[in-house]
Amino acid sequence: MKRELKITVNGDLYELYVDPGMLLVEVLRDRLGLTGTKRGCNSMSCGVCTVILDGKAVKSCTILALQANGKNVTTIEGMANGSKLHPIQQSFIDHWAFQCGFCTSGQIMAAKALLDENPNPTREEIKHTMNGHLCRCTGYNMIIEAILDAANRLQEEVK
Amino acid sequence: MKHYHVIEKDTPNVDGFAKVTGQAVYTFDMTMPGMLYGKILRSPHPHARIISIDTSKAESLPGVKAVITAKETGERRQGAWRRYQELCDEPVLCLEKVRYIGDPVAAVAAIDEDIAMEALDLIEVEYEPLPAVFDPLESIQEGAPQLHDEVENNINVTRHIEWGDADKGFEEADFIREDEFILPAQSHVPLETHGSLASFDGGTNRLTLWTSTQTPYYVQCLLAEAMDLRENEVTVIKPHCGSGFGGKNELFADQFCAGYLARKTGRPVKIVYTREEEFTCARRRTPIHYYLKIGAKRDGTFVAKEARAFSDGGAYTSMGATLLYLTGWFSAFPYCYPNYRYDGYKVFTNKSPSSSMRGYGGIQANFCGESQIEMLAADMGLDPVEIRKKNAMYPNYEVPGQATIASCGLPEGLEKIGEYIKERGELPEDHGIGLACYGFNSGGIFNWFNTPYAFSGAEVRINIDGMVDVYSLAADIGQGADTTMCMIAAEELGVHLDDIRMHSGDTSICPSDLGAWASRETLMMGNAVKMAAADAKRQLFEVAASKMSANIVYDLEAGDRRIYLRDRPERGLSYYDVVKDAIRAKEGSLIVGRGHYTPHGKGMISPAFSFGVQAIEVKVDRETGYVKIMNAFTAHDCGQVINPMAVRGQVEGSIMMAAGYAYSEEMLYSEGEVLNPNLVDYSLIGFRDMPSAVTVDCPTHEPEGPFGAKEVGEGITCPTAGALANAVYHAVGVRITDPPLTPEKILMALKKKETQEKSPK
Repeated sequence: MKRELKITVNGDLYELYVDPGMLLVEVLRDRLGLTGTKRGCNSMSCGVCTVILDGKAVKSCTILALQANGKNVTTIEGMANGSKLHPIQQSFIDHWAFQCGFCTSGQIMAAKALLDENPNPTREEIKHTMNGHLCRCTGYNMIIEAILDAANRLQEEVK
Repeated sequence: MKHYHVIEKDTPNVDGFAKVTGQAVYTFDMTMPGMLYGKILRSPHPHARIISIDTSKAESLPGVKAVITAKETGERRQGAWRRYQELCDEPVLCLEKVRYIGDPVAAVAAIDEDIAMEALDLIEVEYEPLPAVFDPLESIQEGAPQLHDEVENNINVTRHIEWGDADKGFEEADFIREDEFILPAQSHVPLETHGSLASFDGGTNRLTLWTSTQTPYYVQCLLAEAMDLRENEVTVIKPHCGSGFGGKNELFADQFCAGYLARKTGRPVKIVYTREEEFTCARRRTPIHYYLKIGAKRDGTFVAKEARAFSDGGAYTSMGATLLYLTGWFSAFPYCYPNYRYDGYKVFTNKSPSSSMRGYGGIQANFCGESQIEMLAADMGLDPVEIRKKNAMYPNYEVPGQATIASCGLPEGLEKIGEYIKERGELPEDHGIGLACYGFNSGGIFNWFNTPYAFSGAEVRINIDGMVDVYSLAADIGQGADTTMCMIAAEELGVHLDDIRMHSGDTSICPSDLGAWASRETLMMGNAVKMAAADAKRQLFEVAASKMSANIVYDLEAGDRRIYLRDRPERGLSYYDVVKDAIRAKEGSLIVGRGHYTPHGKGMISPAFSFGVQAIEVKVDRETGYVKIMNAFTAHDCGQVINPMAVRGQVEGSIMMAAGYAYSEEMLYSEGEVLNPNLVDYSLIGFRDMPSAVTVDCPTHEPEGPFGAKEVGEGITCPTAGALANAVYHAVGVRITDPPLTPEKILMALKKKETQEKSPK
């Protein structure tokens, strides 16, 4: 029996009917066509499906879509303003902070949630918070540098 | 010193915008109107005879559109070693026997994934389980279960490499060591699992396959053979690819099942491997039982080496045949051994085929070799840096009868490492620094695939507005090949990066390339792209020279969107004006340049070799046995650097992967079953455990490389595990010869050491 789901994604309100067992990542990818969010493990261990749910980074492969009912979701597609990139996105490009790019959406969303909460993190804080987000390509250091640089850029913007 | 306009500068990825906005489309993301979902039924037995398969219940399940078994795919066997038909031994779908847990038996296409899964449960396969064998040393014994009737004692492939006289060398040696090592499997873990979307046009009998691969050309050819199609009735397109690391080099079940099912149903079919399938049914790094013997003179000069390797090859030949050769070659690398003998045996076992993986044969040989050299140095009372310096390869060194090393930055690398260790000075308690030297192919000069094409081909077209289209089948799987090729084309043509438009990964429009393996793209495709760009540039120069009425003694040069006299750079023309005139002069035809590269006169192994040295510092916790890498210092020679930030990305990514091999990643097996096929129980290095990494260049100029460039993607995977084992030895005095160096192994070794020290002599 399908249930009603009202969900705001990247500022747009969607009214859908979904199976109670449907995952948030499935709604995003398969119903809304927002394929920037990936799936890598279905066991909450890789982080490529990370989105922001009411301000917190969550792994959307382990959240039922109905748990997000009435809530706000931001995905990677909600980060740039047209062709103007968010400073975190620009930092990722400038620091070669991705290679294959498959984990990148998740890394950027996790970094956004981190910087929203802690605008001036140390290297160690970044390592600690980002630890559940796997990247098989970069060796992480260039991601850390991108996040540190993004923190600076965001603070510059505030000034 | 040559001044470059484009290369040598940090250059962000040309696909960066797509990748940071989520717009980059991977095979995983693709759908098509009318698309069906496919799933593969796999063997639950490590070894069994198939008695019967009944698909009738599955076929009558509402929503199921097709089921395929070996009835459709027939007796066909496939494999990448096409020069030797007997080595193409992998059934498309299993016909009589299954040989590992995960061997594909049938596939279904249905209107959604749930129905496809349900249909798999309804396929009734009757098996007669057979005795199975999992260890290569047991597999070669008389009376062991036979995997392939025609292969005696399960010995799939043997290789012998020899130069000089090893026996005589050992007679002359003052010190000899013999050691054994056991190297483990490792999973590639691409974050995008294997996956394909196939669409078949019944009117033209043509198949299009979008697939996550690092070898579009191989897949095209092998799929055509598997489906009885002409090679160019198959188009393979590689969208953005969520990495490969050697695990996506061959034809896989998702590809041929999607193809067959699309042809049978007339609808597009998509198949994506689950993470569990990725761990159990794809490929893995080759485990090897290694025996090594080394002999040295009193002053540390190596006089002889002998190696024997028994590889746990899994159920089929796969690319593991290449590995068997490479690990023998790398066992004599990167040092000068006047006498060397290697015998390798690739042995069938009832496990998934072991195959190519980043550092291909090098990582195993390097772990053993560098551990043994360190033990030898300790026996002889020699300094670990000095013994390496004494024997390291150097520029223009000839490996007897095998290959000539042209550029080689190893001596310089050892100098830099020596300085680094001195600077590091006295280490805190339970810290240790270990070293390993390495070197690697910049592409292989092997043609077991039997291609009649050039190894790499490229085409450059210049449009009226100066935009340059580059066509290359170089497979960008994240390493940045597209960016590198754009940079090489821009540098050669004297234009900017935003004048280049890249077309890659489509077999129907791109000239040939063998794909992203053996760290070959920068050198091989780089040469082809450079040659194509030079061909187009020559056509522009003809027009420019005539327009400028330049004295014939002047040479022309292109740079920064100008064409000018090399010795009087102020005299020149706008690139854009020359392009317009050149196209007019050709009656409106585009300027087209072609390039191709196949190594010649460079021996049988590789046209060039990268080199380097790595120092790993660890801290060992004596209470828990846990190893922490404190930092990694690498002196690396990849020839002329094209894109420094991409080089750093390759170095640090390699350290992450190789550190996993060294101490945390382990495929656990029981009776051929992978016990930890998920990312919870198979432990990758994460943010917290990744060490800081410092890399210094040892720049060389490689005469065979584009602008002097060599490889960087794979060689750097080789040293980390051996260096880490050496570091653990220096930290706490225990020697582990069977990575990964898990806390359990270290604790047991510490305990054993303690007991030995306490016991009366």
